[in-house]
Amino acid sequence: MEEKTPSPKAKMISLYIMGKKYEVPEGSTIMGALEYAGYQLKRGCGCREGFCGACATVYRTTDDYKIKTGLACQTVVEPNMYLAQIPFFPANKALYDLDELEPSISTFQEIYPELFRCVSCNTCTKACPQDLEVMDYIQALIRGDIAQAADLSFDCIMCGLCAARCPAEIVQYNVAVLARRLYGKYLSKKGEYLESRLKEIKEHKYDKEIEEFMHMDRESFKKKYYARDIEKM
Amino acid sequence: MYPEYMQESLKLVEKTRPERLKKSLSGEKVFTPMTDAERGEVLTKFHPDYKADARRKIRIGPNRGENITLEVADLLESHSRINPDDFDLSRVDYDTDVLVIGGGGGGAGAALLARENGAKVIIATKLRIGDANSMMSQGGIQASVNPNDSPAIHYLDALGGGHFDNKPDLVRALVMDAPLVIKWLEELGVMFDKDSNGNMVTMLGGGCSRKRMHSARDYTGAAIMRVLRDEVKNHPEDIQVIEFSPAIELLMDEGGQVAGAILYNLETEEYIMVRAKSTIIATGGFGRLHIKEFATTNHYGATADGLVLGYRAGANLLYMDSVQYHPTGAVYPEQILGFLITEKVRTMGAQPVNKFGELFVFPLEPRDVESSSFIRECTERGKGIITHTGRVGIWLDSPLIELINGEGAIQKQLPAMYRQYNRFDIDITKEPMLVFPTLHYQNGGLEINDQCETKIPNLYAAGEVSGGVHGRNRLMGNSVLDYNVFGRRAGIAAALNAKEVKLGKLTLKHIKRYERELQEADIHTDKISPMLLPNYTTPEVRARQLTAHYEGTLR
Repeated sequence: MEEKTPSPKAKMISLYIMGKKYEVPEGSTIMGALEYAGYQLKRGCGCREGFCGACATVYRTTDDYKIKTGLACQTVVEPNMYLAQIPFFPANKALYDLDELEPSISTFQEIYPELFRCVSCNTCTKACPQDLEVMDYIQALIRGDIAQAADLSFDCIMCGLCAARCPAEIVQYNVAVLARRLYGKYLSKKGEYLESRLKEIKEHKYDKEIEEFMHMDRESFKKKYYARDIEKM
Repeated sequence: MYPEYMQESLKLVEKTRPERLKKSLSGEKVFTPMTDAERGEVLTKFHPDYKADARRKIRIGPNRGENITLEVADLLESHSRINPDDFDLSRVDYDTDVLVIGGGGGGAGAALLARENGAKVIIATKLRIGDANSMMSQGGIQASVNPNDSPAIHYLDALGGGHFDNKPDLVRALVMDAPLVIKWLEELGVMFDKDSNGNMVTMLGGGCSRKRMHSARDYTGAAIMRVLRDEVKNHPEDIQVIEFSPAIELLMDEGGQVAGAILYNLETEEYIMVRAKSTIIATGGFGRLHIKEFATTNHYGATADGLVLGYRAGANLLYMDSVQYHPTGAVYPEQILGFLITEKVRTMGAQPVNKFGELFVFPLEPRDVESSSFIRECTERGKGIITHTGRVGIWLDSPLIELINGEGAIQKQLPAMYRQYNRFDIDITKEPMLVFPTLHYQNGGLEINDQCETKIPNLYAAGEVSGGVHGRNRLMGNSVLDYNVFGRRAGIAAALNAKEVKLGKLTLKHIKRYERELQEADIHTDKISPMLLPNYTTPEVRARQLTAHYEGTLR
């Protein structure tokens, strides 16, 4: 189960990394192709599984004038691709004390006023490698619907491609993390179970039982473990 | 779409599915869980840790003479990146109360709590803040919150999963802090999955006896890490983040206390010095060492740097003979080889079946047991599916999930998994996933107590880099919990310690001592550690770079 660069027997294709031509195996991801070509990635590489947003990449194919976007670790190379990674984007992030904020539209008007400059061009949505409805969540926030914005932006990996393409210079992913935090803290319904468990722990309800477990001999403890009942799925 | 040669096996999976579904819906166990003896047998015969060449004796350092994982022993028996004589100790580039090494969940939590306790903090991290395994965890975080559960039952499950080797004081901290951590995260604005009453949706994890897996779809780690990172960035006056600057050695003082670290600016290639009253190692795990040549689920930077730093300064290692292979790593398509298929897939009812469509193991055994039984099915029993590149795997029958939980359950609760396969035209609501164990987690690590102190003054460790809390096998959902519980504890302890500490004259004598030990043990190697980053270019290119014999990044 070795992690290999693609087998040398694979068919080779040409592509252009920052304008320079390289031959790489067909079927590679962009990240695989960069490494095959000899790059030791520092910026532009993170989890390598599509969760961290470090490897935002812009590319174009020769037959098309359009700039396309993707994650290098998730996008398979195409012949004659011209590509470059975005190592860093100097995006605006507001500083705030969540405890002082209200979960309402006025918060966004105050700390991210550029949000309201959205021209509904949908470029952000087209740029999103997660296929999120980015413009829709921005529009939801403009209407003050924090819950919908939180829901629609939930799978955001904060790669920044939306902000890099936005003509209104909104930093969608930073606005969205604030929307989700406000929802999680203030708007989501809170259940009773967590509070009552915290109260029990504070009252030392479980201290004695755990103390006994900690000092039980291995064999008795093993017996107890294998005799425990397992809740149904 | 799977290729033609897999279709015959896929038909058999479809054929046995109705019968397996029926049993699953009946509420009885779909397969009998193993006894202690059966677990022992499958582990010793099939777990990669038990292979003859998996471990060797380490010849130097505090654990000298102990059997540890081969690749870790090689890494520890390596030279420092610097010659201490070349380094000017009179120039302090940064001075701080608390230095946190590592910008994952543990490091972020430590920084936030250190700040709350009055400390000025520097986070030094190899890549960006948040670039860590923390971001990638999918399935969930354990906490005993439901009325039929308790911290004591959580304790029982964690110790059984760890084969009773876990350090009791650490497990107590883990299970008792767990509900508090959920509350803390929710107040920071993490959106957990909830039911209509506002209680958390909880599921059953492998090796658990109660439903205590809290999740945020299958982006649980990302949901938490995004929030922690955002919060760290809200406090630039107290928490300074230095990115692309891994620590490569600890600094000490003449009194034998840790006093900060030397960082390496990956871009300007300068070495810089941070003097700190307390230092927290939160560098995560070692998946990128590709132990036994396994593919890994781990982050690009998971190269065990913190183990090297701590060990050279004299800290103990615990259970570094034990590696966690996650049962379900992707085998096909090749582009996602080794990627994590979250345990939540089995939690929601998917079953592992062989090429004949037969269920061969209880789907939620502890991970090492489950992995070993997959390996047995593919090797001794010869019932795996072989791909055109010669890899082998078993089916994880995901279509059961929607048959059990209703249509739309996968897109709603496993959007990352759906998206991952959909990129390669495989619809996991209709077709199963081909999986084989993948290198996932460092069970052991730097030995700590329940305040995250190592035995070296001023040196703390938290999260995956530490060892003891999981014994020799971690349960699902206990790592996200681990880095939150111990990251917080380390931050508090380090901040309080910083108020008392007086540092003496700085020294790198410990590096020279370690070098001497290498010589005295007659170890001749050109290896250098920490390796910082793995190198995945081809041998031909490396030969032309004149770096063919280096491990990792060296410049």
